[in-house]
Amino acid sequence: MAVAISASQRKFERVNEIIQKHNGKKSALIAILQEIQEEYRYLPEEILTYVATAMDLSPATVFGVATFYAQFSLEPKGKYIIKVCDGTACHVRGSGPLYKSIRKKVGLQDGKFTTEDMNFTVETVSCLGACGLAPVVTINEKVYGQMTPEGIEIIIEKLMGKEDNQ
Amino acid sequence: MANKEILICTGTGCLSSGAEDIEARLVELLKQHDLEKEYPVKEVIKKTGCLGPCSLGPTMIIMPEKTFYGRLQVSDVEIIVEEHLMKGEVVSSLLTEDSHHHPIEDYTQIDFMKGQMRIALRNTGLLDPNSINDYIAKDGYKALHKVLTEMSQEQVIEEIKTSQLRGRGGAGFPTGLKWEFTRKAVGDQKYVVCNADEGDPGAFMDRSILEGDPHSIIEAMTIAGYSVGAGQGYVYVRAEYPLAVKNLSLAIEDARLAGYLGEDIFNTGFKFDLEIRVGAGAFVCGEETALIASIEGERGQPRPKPPFPANSGLWGKPTLINNVETYANIVPIILQGSSWFNSIGTETSKGTKVFAIAGDVNQTGLIEVPMGTTLREIIFDIAGGIPGGREFKAAQTGGPSGGTIPPEYLDLPIDYESLKKIGAIVGSGGLIVMDDRSCMVDVARYFLDFTQDESCGKCIPCRIGTKRMLEILERITIGEGQSGDIDRLISLGNTIKETSLCGLGQTAPNPVLSTLQFFRDEYETHINEKNCPARHCKALVGSYTIDPEKCVGCGLCAKKCPVEAIKGEKKQPYKINSDKCTVCGVCVTTCPVDAIS
Ligand SMILES: Cc1cc2nc3c(=O)[nH]c(=O)nc-3n(C[C@H](O)[C@H](O)[C@H](O)COP(=O)(O)O)c2cc1C
Ligand code: FES
Repeated sequence: MAVAISASQRKFERVNEIIQKHNGKKSALIAILQEIQEEYRYLPEEILTYVATAMDLSPATVFGVATFYAQFSLEPKGKYIIKVCDGTACHVRGSGPLYKSIRKKVGLQDGKFTTEDMNFTVETVSCLGACGLAPVVTINEKVYGQMTPEGIEIIIEKLMGKEDNQ
Repeated sequence: MANKEILICTGTGCLSSGAEDIEARLVELLKQHDLEKEYPVKEVIKKTGCLGPCSLGPTMIIMPEKTFYGRLQVSDVEIIVEEHLMKGEVVSSLLTEDSHHHPIEDYTQIDFMKGQMRIALRNTGLLDPNSINDYIAKDGYKALHKVLTEMSQEQVIEEIKTSQLRGRGGAGFPTGLKWEFTRKAVGDQKYVVCNADEGDPGAFMDRSILEGDPHSIIEAMTIAGYSVGAGQGYVYVRAEYPLAVKNLSLAIEDARLAGYLGEDIFNTGFKFDLEIRVGAGAFVCGEETALIASIEGERGQPRPKPPFPANSGLWGKPTLINNVETYANIVPIILQGSSWFNSIGTETSKGTKVFAIAGDVNQTGLIEVPMGTTLREIIFDIAGGIPGGREFKAAQTGGPSGGTIPPEYLDLPIDYESLKKIGAIVGSGGLIVMDDRSCMVDVARYFLDFTQDESCGKCIPCRIGTKRMLEILERITIGEGQSGDIDRLISLGNTIKETSLCGLGQTAPNPVLSTLQFFRDEYETHINEKNCPARHCKALVGSYTIDPEKCVGCGLCAKKCPVEAIKGEKKQPYKINSDKCTVCGVCVTTCPVDAIS
């Protein structure tokens, strides 16, 4: 129990640092949430409540902002975040089949976006601005252009292999 | 003597096709061959932003000869070093061919560049965005110097007004007027904002400019700040553009160090500074009042206008908001004069427009052409036409707020007014080319799905109306369309246009209304005959079939089918099991002889 408490304190400590860096300014709320999400890979509920208290905002304001923007996730995400662009260019160049085959490859059931082992999250995003290379997939920050179902499967297999070996 | 330079494009496109490996190999080879004296790596190799012809990446330009090498592989670098750099002989096998299969050496003369006129994109791809000296060498910050030391606020605004530059963010509002309104607005504090939210899926010119020539935006915003009387600016960049944020941040720091931002710029007492705000993934934040709410840290919801941001914007203060490409035109106008600028283009639309061309077209990328250029010139002369000799079916411009242009308008000179007349818009300049395999009902459904998803929910016509329209489109594409659906779409569409709060809702029905205008028969076939003529809508196609006459039995389709629905023996016609087939379309795009539909 004692361990859990100190861990959670440490957790809020980092949040405090982030808020202080922005002088707790309300206009920095989005930037603060972005940095928190970078740290924890998602926005845990208790942290949002904490942010509200620390910044003297209502929880509704903070949750309102966190749920408005597509970039924020209130659920934990996998180690590898695979984003399939579904912008117009990618759509007409076959992002639909690509998305399906990726989901199948990592073994996602209907309605789920993250694998049980927390290794992969698969989602669609709007235009990544690399339309010239449609269809485009990104895995974490790396951009893969002119992807085919086959090509992406090979890349995913490599990542899976890396995880298995650990 | 002209300088030796080796330009390697490291825009997002070329990076993903392997530009970094090319650069690493080049550095390695220059060392190996003891060429570092003649080619000091740090000075000679320039990692540039996006030049434009993304599908030719990774690319290299060797200056001063202007030699363009495209689609490079790591192994090609050795040939270039040994032949071109050491012997001075152009490697013709690595040159790009024109439409008559003649190899072209000079990058300005390849088909993709030849028909272009680059004002906003004048520097992208030709300088290192992380080097302020590169920018200064191309007359950077000269316009700012001229404005601050020689021109009054009124004179700058007059110059922009006379240039007849109009906003490139979508609406085409006269830029000079907007500057004048903001200057005249009463307020102790004013702001300048750059809209780099670039939400139209299919447009990426703003990204390229910020990534490839960030100082040009800093310089233009500082000029704008001086003209309207603002001391602080914000650049609102969307979250999906990390490289743009990185390059712009560095450029802002360098500009501060060099004294082009901050206190007392050029010893004139004028002070101006910039901050970046990163969006968090919401299309509606491109709308100016929503963008302002987002910079303030709120949910990005729009509010009714007036008051316009020029009078009441950020924190209620007068605020000038322009788009990235709009700002990218300011420096050339100041340096070369408004009469030069307004001699380009058409009667009502001056200057150039950058189009992001993608979809079913041979050469994808960024193209900047004078206003008044035709679609045919853009798609066929510059971008090399439709792949596989297929037929051009339609071009979509302006993204989710725009419309579809059928073949009969290929020769229409494009400007703000001409496109509006046929129910499309120039918009941000996204240009998606579609061949005969694209289903127009599905295209409309795609855009409605997008706007429906991105509707902020504040006003009812947009929130509920787009949902009703989407439901109708969805049922049409799965073969459950009802008679009267077309009329329902039109009447709903018109109501939503007239009653929505912001531009998102007011333009959301456009993709539907415009496809209905030109491709009504395709809707009717879906509804009445339960058939999709483009053979795209899954529920209507049922299953794909292989034409045994055309099939050469290569087996590629069977290999690629994700559900193993295709069986056959090599060199014999293959067959698709219609029970297993999910009509995903992988086999159709895979088949080298076009035997599957
Ligand atoms: C739903 C919606 C989305 C928009 N998205 C953008 C955008 O991504 N980029 C942009 O510059 N303008 C966008 N606009 C237009 C802006 O509201 C505004 O008109 C523009 O930034 C003004 O700059 P300009 O006069 O230089 O074009 C959008 C408008 C609407 C209604
Ligand atoms: S549509 Fe996919 S990157 Fe633009």
